[in-house]
Amino acid sequence: MSTAAVAHKRPSTLRGARLPSWSPWAIAAGSIAAAIGIGAAAGLHSRVQWGVIAAILFVLATYGIAARVEGRRQAKDRVATSLVWVAFLLAVVPLVSLIWVTVQRGVKVLDVYFLTHSMGVVADSQPGGGIYHAILGSLEQVGLATLIGAPIGVLTAIYLVEYGRGRLAKAVTFFVDVMTGIPSIVAGLFILSLMLMLDMQPFGFAGSLALAILMMPVVVRSTEEMLKLVPNELREASLALGVPKWRTILKVVLPTSIGGITTGIMLAIARIAGETAPVLLLVFGNQFINANPFEGAQASLPLYIYQQYSNSAGANAAYDRAWAASLTLIAFVMILNLVARGIARWKAPR
Amino acid sequence: MAKRIDVSGLTAYYGSHKAIEDISMTVEPRSVTAFIGPSGCGKSTFLRTLNRMHEVTPGGRVEGKVLLDDEDLYGAGIDPVSVRREVGMVFQRPNPFPTMSIFDNVAAGLRLNGNYRKAELNDIVEKSLRGANLWNEVKDRLNKPGSGLSGGQQQRLCIARAIAVEPKVLLMDEPCSALDPISTLAIEDLIGELKERFTIVIVTHNMQQAARVSDRTAFFNLAGVGQPGKLIEIDETERIFSNPSVQATEDYISGRFG
Repeated sequence: MSTAAVAHKRPSTLRGARLPSWSPWAIAAGSIAAAIGIGAAAGLHSRVQWGVIAAILFVLATYGIAARVEGRRQAKDRVATSLVWVAFLLAVVPLVSLIWVTVQRGVKVLDVYFLTHSMGVVADSQPGGGIYHAILGSLEQVGLATLIGAPIGVLTAIYLVEYGRGRLAKAVTFFVDVMTGIPSIVAGLFILSLMLMLDMQPFGFAGSLALAILMMPVVVRSTEEMLKLVPNELREASLALGVPKWRTILKVVLPTSIGGITTGIMLAIARIAGETAPVLLLVFGNQFINANPFEGAQASLPLYIYQQYSNSAGANAAYDRAWAASLTLIAFVMILNLVARGIARWKAPR
Repeated sequence: MAKRIDVSGLTAYYGSHKAIEDISMTVEPRSVTAFIGPSGCGKSTFLRTLNRMHEVTPGGRVEGKVLLDDEDLYGAGIDPVSVRREVGMVFQRPNPFPTMSIFDNVAAGLRLNGNYRKAELNDIVEKSLRGANLWNEVKDRLNKPGSGLSGGQQQRLCIARAIAVEPKVLLMDEPCSALDPISTLAIEDLIGELKERFTIVIVTHNMQQAARVSDRTAFFNLAGVGQPGKLIEIDETERIFSNPSVQATEDYISGRFG
């Protein structure tokens, strides 16, 4: 190319200078190296401090370099992008480390024997034993709570979205909001006061009642949002065919939103599956297998974890069991979530 | 099977807002009546009062009489659900049920009402789809979701769904406003066929469309923003478009409005 041609070529107004695509990685590597250097020089031993220094250096360096090469607007864009990444990492790191630690410590004693035996013949400080009684208790209590909480929640949401007008609907919405904020121990105390009035001993179903109280507002809220997403045109189309309102809700509105409603219920179940406080008050915990939720103390997974940890007297066997039970609980919640996603995808309107 | 509609002194409200005032008209059976007029003049509101869909809107209420072959739709003891079985409706935007297949969409009215015989269902669906000029396009994919069709096909699917329950009157609220000219033509042809069997009322913003498809045309107007809409005149379509008796109609039709 001759020099004349270069001179005649006008600079593009649409294309500015760009940092190469590897530059964020280079800056990140540079900041980490600099942070390690600064940390070592200043005598900081904590990795967290190094990480914070590295993050600050990364953001500052990104802004400085990008502002020099690309201009201030692109520099701000890059800073915003890197802040989003930092926030993402801050959110994910504890999550991943939590799961990592739980899996690492939980797999030690997690086997078929552990899942199929109770603590009936094992002292808390001895190895062996299992969580069969706790799984059974959790499934029964959470299942009964769902049987009570989910239908009431869904029906309340249907009332609020499809029928509710005026003061009653406002009052219901208000109380649902208040219920969302009830601490779980208070729900437990409420049922406990009823039990004391009726002079009853702890039993599984009492826990279910408290869990249902905690579950209901979550189901109402999520179902409400899902029902509101159903376009009004569909309701009108159905009504205009001469379909009564209740059938319209049953055959058009609910099928259209069933995926989202199921997801909401599953998430609510996941939430109450990990509740410890009301179960501690109302179900009390039990070393033995008690399959009857309506009579006698039962165990449950979160309660089992708590009791293994607190009653262990420093025995490693008890800690191992607590971790294995935690892993089981997390796996249970995760499976529920996956099932919910599967149902949502399967039922989604195409 | 088509029925006559006699409206007298009809006023409709949204809460305290009066949307249309004192409308009286007659809609002849087996004919197409078009409603034209500027946006917000109450055409759609009036249309929705004819099958009691107006009161579905919160705060919606109606005064006056709508006689369907001598029976007042707003009389005591009239069930709005039964009214809507006699007076079907097609909406502005195609709205097939997203969870249902093409077949189920057409069968929806019968299935949801529960009054059908299984053996009849296939025939009724085929007849309705043929009636809506859609059968040849969808006969090989009746089990596919209705929302997979094109906009024009979806609207014809909605028409098939509406006529499957054999209404006496078919109300259409700007059925072509979301469609391209070819789909519009298909629907207009369809309207011409459907008027042999049904009484048809159509709201449209397209005056050529009103001139093409309708036998009679009603012009609605409102005095100003916030004022209730009123019926200015209703007459044979030819008269309205050639020699209307009110100046405002002529101004609107010739585009000299405002």
